[in-house]
Amino acid sequence: MEIAVMIKQVPATDSVKIDPETGTMIRDGLEMEINPLDLHSLEAAVTLRDRAGRGRVTVFTMGPPSALRAVRSALAFGCDRGFLVTDRAFGGSDTLATARTLAAALRKEGPFDMILCGERATDGETGQVGPALGHLLGASVLTYVNDILELGEGYVVVRRAIEGGEQVVRAKLPAQLGVVKELNRPRLTTLRRRQAARETPIPSLTAEDLGLPKERCGLKGSPTQVVSISYPEVTRSCEMIQVGTDVDRAVSVLAEALLKEVAPR
Amino acid sequence: MTGSPDRGVWTLAEIRNGRVHEISGELLAWGRSLADSLGAPLVSVVPESVPDGDLDGLVAWGADVVIVLDSQEGTLPEDLLCPLLARLVRRHKPEIFIASATTTGRTAFSMLYAELETGLTADCTGLRVDEKTGMLLQTRPAIGGNVMATIKTPLHRPQMCTVRPRSMKPLVMDPSRRGRIVRETVEERSFVSRLEVLDSIRDVGRGTPISEADILVVGGRGMGHGGNFRLLEQLADLLGGQVGATRQAVDMGWAPYSSQIGLSGKTVSPRLYISFGVSGAIQHIAGMSTAEKIIAVNRDSDAPIFDVADLGIVGDVGEVLPALIRDMERRSGPCQ
Ligand SMILES: Cc1cc2nc3c(=O)[nH]c(=O)nc-3n(C[C@H](O)[C@H](O)[C@H](O)COP(=O)(O)OP(=O)(O)OC[C@H]3O[C@@H](n4cnc5c(N)ncnc54)[C@H](O)[C@@H]3O)c2cc1C
Ligand SMILES: Nc1ncnc2c1ncn2[C@@H]1O[C@H](COP(=O)(O)O)[C@@H](O)[C@H]1O
Repeated sequence: MEIAVMIKQVPATDSVKIDPETGTMIRDGLEMEINPLDLHSLEAAVTLRDRAGRGRVTVFTMGPPSALRAVRSALAFGCDRGFLVTDRAFGGSDTLATARTLAAALRKEGPFDMILCGERATDGETGQVGPALGHLLGASVLTYVNDILELGEGYVVVRRAIEGGEQVVRAKLPAQLGVVKELNRPRLTTLRRRQAARETPIPSLTAEDLGLPKERCGLKGSPTQVVSISYPEVTRSCEMIQVGTDVDRAVSVLAEALLKEVAPR
Repeated sequence: MTGSPDRGVWTLAEIRNGRVHEISGELLAWGRSLADSLGAPLVSVVPESVPDGDLDGLVAWGADVVIVLDSQEGTLPEDLLCPLLARLVRRHKPEIFIASATTTGRTAFSMLYAELETGLTADCTGLRVDEKTGMLLQTRPAIGGNVMATIKTPLHRPQMCTVRPRSMKPLVMDPSRRGRIVRETVEERSFVSRLEVLDSIRDVGRGTPISEADILVVGGRGMGHGGNFRLLEQLADLLGGQVGATRQAVDMGWAPYSSQIGLSGKTVSPRLYISFGVSGAIQHIAGMSTAEKIIAVNRDSDAPIFDVADLGIVGDVGEVLPALIRDMERRSGPCQ
């Protein structure tokens, strides 16, 4: 069983601060971390391998050279190999260019039976890279996976959380899974693992290594373009009511406000 | 109107349990204004067979052409739907193709845009046509709603995006509207799906998913203990809404993960959001700041939730919530 885990390095959300003047997020000097959902993919991959007693988990991340740290922490998690997909030419990639680049990396280092992704990343929040990657590789695409029920010869059975219910699906391998956080509880890494991970070499894969022409990756290979970024003004001004000792008065103001909203317009 | 779907503005209808869902009307409302600015036909693509009345409904909601993928087998697996949609797109070359940012819409479109090698913008809350270039300008919240990014797809067609549910109301149905219904017969399987649905578990208890709810009653750690969530349900019933929760409340097992609002939960855009004992951490606000009206009850007058609220009640949940339920029950009682 060859399992690939795709991880993205994102700004650490709990260190995010808001500039009180402008009301915007301060991005400078932010700590980076592995996209929280990707920890669930890592956990699933390592567990599947260990349960099968064979196979290999390979982790990939595409990003600047500093994203090496993410690969290293993934190795400490128990992955066998790690690759850093990095090249100046990859800068400015949109989700299609990212999926295309990652697909080239998986083709080069594969084949893989399972490709695990997070359902979405906390920075871009698109959730488009995983299914696009799966599609480009001709794999079964399984989104919103909250349980892996069975991994058999040539197939996997998963449960998906979709609007209004759940679905149990059996899919042919290779399969690409986008996982949600209910899937499992990620483990903590051990000191011994972290030390071992420090010694594991992490090869880089560049556009040339992947045989990707420059116009197929990065900004040039991205169909979408950002036109502008704006910072919405916070226009709400909050009417405050102190409950104090007169609960009834506050409650009736509240009830009236609610009724006004609830009444059909 | 010629009744041709060529080079039009296309929308992917949302189907649930074999019926056209109201979200399809929201998409048509977005599409109508875009189609009118471009002078292009508005098309609704229905990915499976539905009752005829539902197709007429799509026309009444504003579609000029409805294309139905008529299959005997109910919902098509995504890997069969994708090539069928791709074939239609290649034949008719729509300018714009939009779907809803639901699990089905996002999945279908994430595969389709990769197949067509075009751009796809996720979870938009604003769409308009640039007067000068005729290009679609897609606006979406980024980095937890603190930034709005406007994105275009200059050279590739169709210009694809998913739009946030409830970011637009369907137009009022006009039964006198005329439109053309085109049936595309999905021929006997020319190839086999890689997927097989073994079981579908419909979740009747939960009702409307929070991402589509009109009214949300939300509890946080300040609710004190899990039993108090029953009170939130009572209030939600009185208001005709659903119950949402913060991550803290979910982590403590007071509410299911499906009700978590925020960065690692669902994004919601209700008409009314009212919270009890929610501090308003940035990761929570990221998921609810587009609500139309925000009301918060918190005993700490400095709680950040008040920065985004329209009405703030500074007080104890233990006092306010039961009194509010009593008050609302009295008002909706038989004497009124
Ligand atoms: C990577 C990451 C992702 C996250 N994703 C999410 C997410 O998706 N959604 C989310 O919600 N959070 C998320 N969080 C967590 C978030 O940072 C906050 O911890 C969480 O939102 C706080 O929940 P809370 O408001 O219920 O609890 P608290 O912050 O503990 O606030 C409780 C509030 O209740 C008030 N209170 C207490 N008792 C009473 C009383 N008796 N009467 C009235 N008021 C009272 C207090 O004044 C306080 O303001 C995430 C965090 C991280 C690091
Ligand atoms: N640069 C990247 N490198 C590796 N994996 C990625 C990258 N970007 C996205 N992914 C994968 O795609 C998932 C969804 O990301 P997104 O589509 O950006 O929301 C992530 O959880 C990762 O598994």
